Amino acid sequence: MSLISTLARLEAVSTGRAQPAATVRHRHLGDRPLVLVPLITAGEAGAPLGALVGTDRDAPRLLAVPQPRDRDLRFAFLAELAGVVLPYVDSYAESVEAAERTETDPETGKRVKVEVDLCADAPQLIVPSRAGIDLVRLLGRSMRFRRTAEQDPEAPYPAPPRVPLLGRWLTHFGERARVPGSSLLLAMTDLLGRHWVTGQSTLEDQHLGALLAWIDPPEGVTGAEAALRAELERDEQGQLLCPPAGPATDPAFDNKLLAPAIERYDRARTALAAAEDGLEADDRLGALTAAEREIRDLVLSRTRPTWDAVWRGLDLLRELPEGARVEERWTRDRWSFTGHRDRLLAGEPPQPRRDDAVTAANKLATREREQARLEAQEALDDPLVMAGRRLSGEAFAGEVTDVVMAYSDGKRPSPRPLVTVRTDDRPQLGERTKVYRSLGGKPQAAEFVADEEDGAYVVLRVLDKMGRGKEPEPGSVPEKGDRVCFTLFEHEQRGGAKLPDPEETPWTHGGPPGEAALEPADPVTEEDVL
Amino acid sequence: MTTVFDPSAAAGQATDAILRDTLHGTARGVVVDSPPGAGKSTLVVRAALELAEAGHPLMVVAQTNAQVDDLVLRLAEKNPELPVGRLHSSDSDPYDKALDGLENVRKSAKAADLAGLAVVISTAAKWAHVKVDEPWRHAIVDEAYQMRSDSLLAVAGLFERALFVGDPGQLDPFAIVGSEQWAGLAYDPSASAVTTLLAHNPDLPQHRLPVSWRLPASAAPLVSDAFYPYTPFRSGTGPGDRTLAFGVPSDGSGPDRVIDEAAASGWGLLELPARHTPRTDPEAVGAVATVVRRLLDRAGAATSERAPAPAPLTADRIAVGTAHRDQAAAVRAALAGLGVTDVVVDTANRLQGREYDVTVVLHPLSGRPDATAFHLETGRLCVLASRHRHACIVVCRAGVTDLLDDYPSTEPVQLGTVVKFPDGWEANHAVLAHLAEHRVTWRP
Repeated sequence: MSLISTLARLEAVSTGRAQPAATVRHRHLGDRPLVLVPLITAGEAGAPLGALVGTDRDAPRLLAVPQPRDRDLRFAFLAELAGVVLPYVDSYAESVEAAERTETDPETGKRVKVEVDLCADAPQLIVPSRAGIDLVRLLGRSMRFRRTAEQDPEAPYPAPPRVPLLGRWLTHFGERARVPGSSLLLAMTDLLGRHWVTGQSTLEDQHLGALLAWIDPPEGVTGAEAALRAELERDEQGQLLCPPAGPATDPAFDNKLLAPAIERYDRARTALAAAEDGLEADDRLGALTAAEREIRDLVLSRTRPTWDAVWRGLDLLRELPEGARVEERWTRDRWSFTGHRDRLLAGEPPQPRRDDAVTAANKLATREREQARLEAQEALDDPLVMAGRRLSGEAFAGEVTDVVMAYSDGKRPSPRPLVTVRTDDRPQLGERTKVYRSLGGKPQAAEFVADEEDGAYVVLRVLDKMGRGKEPEPGSVPEKGDRVCFTLFEHEQRGGAKLPDPEETPWTHGGPPGEAALEPADPVTEEDVL
Repeated sequence: MTTVFDPSAAAGQATDAILRDTLHGTARGVVVDSPPGAGKSTLVVRAALELAEAGHPLMVVAQTNAQVDDLVLRLAEKNPELPVGRLHSSDSDPYDKALDGLENVRKSAKAADLAGLAVVISTAAKWAHVKVDEPWRHAIVDEAYQMRSDSLLAVAGLFERALFVGDPGQLDPFAIVGSEQWAGLAYDPSASAVTTLLAHNPDLPQHRLPVSWRLPASAAPLVSDAFYPYTPFRSGTGPGDRTLAFGVPSDGSGPDRVIDEAAASGWGLLELPARHTPRTDPEAVGAVATVVRRLLDRAGAATSERAPAPAPLTADRIAVGTAHRDQAAAVRAALAGLGVTDVVVDTANRLQGREYDVTVVLHPLSGRPDATAFHLETGRLCVLASRHRHACIVVCRAGVTDLLDDYPSTEPVQLGTVVKFPDGWEANHAVLAHLAEHRVTWRP
C-alpha cells in the first residue's frame, strides 16, 4: 500500500468518511451498462440460483432457478439469460465506424495499413463484486463447449440454441476483465475502491454494502458504524438487512428460507407428476406455481438491495468527470469487442480451455504493458494520483527558476537546454536518470544533471520534442516561472517483440501445439444428475 | 579412508563434464546450476571460447546490458583476437564505453552487421527482435533462472541447441500482473525459462558447479543448507584462508562491535529494539549507514587467497543491500549525510551477480508487521546473504522470528506447479537461527 493511500485510510478512520482516491473517473462508464447481479447455490460450483439483470434500473429482469440442481431448469435459466445479454451485446455489434489497423501483408510480409470496421461503442457489464467476475468466467467456461441439438443431433444433453454463444461472450468478457484498465466487465467494488479509500481493510472493501456505507453514510452516522451495520445487522428472523452482494448467499438465508422453499417446490413437483386426473393436476400445478413464485420472491429479496447498491455506485461514479485518457483505453476495449465479434462471424471455434504457449505469452505481455500504461495514464490524468507518485519519489512538480540554452556536441548541434526546477518533492534521481513531462499529450524526455541546495533545485537537460532546427520550437522548452511536473516513469509503453506463430513454437516450449481439435464439453458425471 | 576435498579438482571435473556435453553431446540443451560465486561467468567464457575455437558460430543471451558488457570484456580479456559482436539497442548510451577500446569487438544495433562473427552477444530483450533465416548452431543462455519463460519463447527459434547456465537460488523472475491463469501449465509464461525447458525436455543433462569461490568458509555451509538443501556446495577456501582486520580499534559502540563480530566469524547481526516501522525505518537506515561509515573509518584490510598482501577495504569493496528501492534511496541519503558517496546501495534484484568483500544488509522483514510473499521470497534473502567474500552484516529489528511464526505461508496451492524448496519461511528461520549466534543488540 502506498504512503498516500495509508494516509487517506487513516484520514477516513478519523473523519468517519471515505476519502477520495481520485479526482476524475479512471474507468469508462457507458450510457447503458448492463448490470448483472447473480446468485449461486451453496455446495455446487457455478450452479446459478437466480439473477437480476438489465439496463434499466427501475425494471430489472428477474431470473430464478427454483431447483438449482435440475439441469433442465439450469439450461432454461441460461437460455433466458442469453435472451437478455445477447440482444444487448448484438445492439453494439451493428453500428461501426471506419478505422485503420496495421497488419502484416501475407504476401510481402510488410506492415501495411488496412481499413477495417471498428464498433462505434461496446457493451459493458457491471457486476457487484470481484467474485461476480469469477462467476461470469465460470459460466462462460461451462457453456461455451456445449453443443446445441442443431450443431450435434447426437448430443445427449443438447443446450438451448443461444447458450453456447452466451458462453463465448461471457468468456470474452471474463478474459478481457483481466486486462488492467479495461472496462468491458467491471466489478462495482473494484470501481468504488479505485476512487475512494475507506477506513477499513481492502478485504472488507469487498463487501459492497460496507463500502458504500463508508463512501456515502446515512445522515448522522459515521462510515464505520454504517459499515458495521451493513455487515452484521439482522432482522427478527435472523436475516441480514444488507444481503451479501453475492454470488454466494448468506448461510442463514440458505438454511432458514431457501432450503425449505426449495423443498416445498420439490414436493409440489413430485405431487404434480403423481396427479391422476386433469382436475387434480390443475390444482397441483397451481401449488407448484405458488412454490416457484415463493422462490422467485426470495431471490428478488436478496438481489434487489444489491441491484440498487450497484446503481447507487454508478451514480456516485458518474459525478466524477471522466479522465482524459479513459476514452483512449475504451477504444482498445472496442477493438477487443470488435475482434471477438469478427471471430464469431468467421465461425471460429470457441476459446480453448487452455492457452497455448504463444497465446499465453502474448496475453501476459499485453497485460503487463497495459498495467504500466494504466499507472502512467492515471497519474497524468489526475493530480491526486500524481501526488501519490510524487510522495513516493517517482515524480516531482515545481516551478522553473532558470533556463540556460545549451547544445549537444556533434556535427549538427541540437538544442539541449538546461532547466532548473525548484521543488519541494524528493524524487529518487540518480546520475542521468531520465524524466518525462507531458507536452501537448506527448512525453518530452529530459535527464537529471545535478541538484542544488540539498535537492531543492533540480537541474535537468531537455532532450527531445524541440523540433529539428537549431533553435527549439516555441513552447517546446519550459520557461522561467512555468509550473512543470516531471515523472521518473515513462508515459508510453513500447510494444514488445513479436513472438513466433503458434505453429512455430520452439522445442523449449514443447513444439507446435498441433491441430486445434474441437474440445468436447465436460462429460456428464453422476454428480451432474442428482 | 577419508579423502581430502579438493575444490579445484571437483570444480574442474564438473566443468569438463559440462563442456563435454556442450561440445560433443547429443542433447539439444544442457542445464548448469551454479550456486553463488561458483564460477558461472568463468564457465560461460570458457564454453564460449571453446565453441568458437571449434568453429561453431555462437550466440550468447544474457539478461541485462551490464551482464552483456561484462561478458564481452571477459571474453576480450581471455582472447583479444576473437571477433565478438555486441548487439545493442538503439537507445542513447546502449553499451559500456569500455567496449570502444576493444579492437575485435564490433558493436551494432543491427544483427545483420554482425553476421559471421564468432560470437554475438546481446540481451534477451534485444535478441527477441532479431530475425534470421538460418538459426545459430549453438547458444549460451546466461542467468537462465532469472529469464522468464516467455522471453525464452521469443528467442528459442534463433538457435538449435543451447547451454543454459544460472543460479536456481536467486530471485525468480516476476510479472507485474497476475498470472495464476497459467499456473501449472508447463509453459507458464511467468515461470523461469529453465522450469519450462525442463518440463518439456526432462531428459536434458543437468550439471551443477560444486564449489563457491566467492563465499568464505564461514558462509558457504549456511547458504548451502538454507537455500540449496538438496544440492549442497562447498567453499573453495578453507577456514582461515581469508581474514579481515581493522587498523582502528573498536570504540565499543554497537556498530563497531558488530563489525568485529563479523570480521571474526563472517556474520554479524545488529539487532535494534523490536518495533513496527515504515519501510524506510529511519533508525535502521541510520544504523546501516553508521556501520558502513565505521567500516571505512576503521581502516579495514582484507587478506585472501588472491594476494599475499592484505588489500585495503575501500568503498568499492562494500555494498549495501535492501529489499525495496525506497529503502536503498533512504540509505543512500543517510550515507551522503555521513559523507559516504561511493558505496553501492541497491536492491536484491540489482545486486544479483555482484561480488563485494563486505556487505551490509537491511533485513527484508525488519520492522514489518506482516510477512508477505515478496518479503519471504527465498531468492531475495539468498541474494542478500551471498554477495560477500569476507563478511556480511545484517541490520534488523528484533522480533522477526515471532513474525515468521505469526505468519505462516498462506499462498494458494496451484495444481501442477513444482513446489519450491526450501520455502521462504524455512530459509528465513535457518538464516535467523544462525545469525542469532552473532547478535549484537544496540539501541541507537
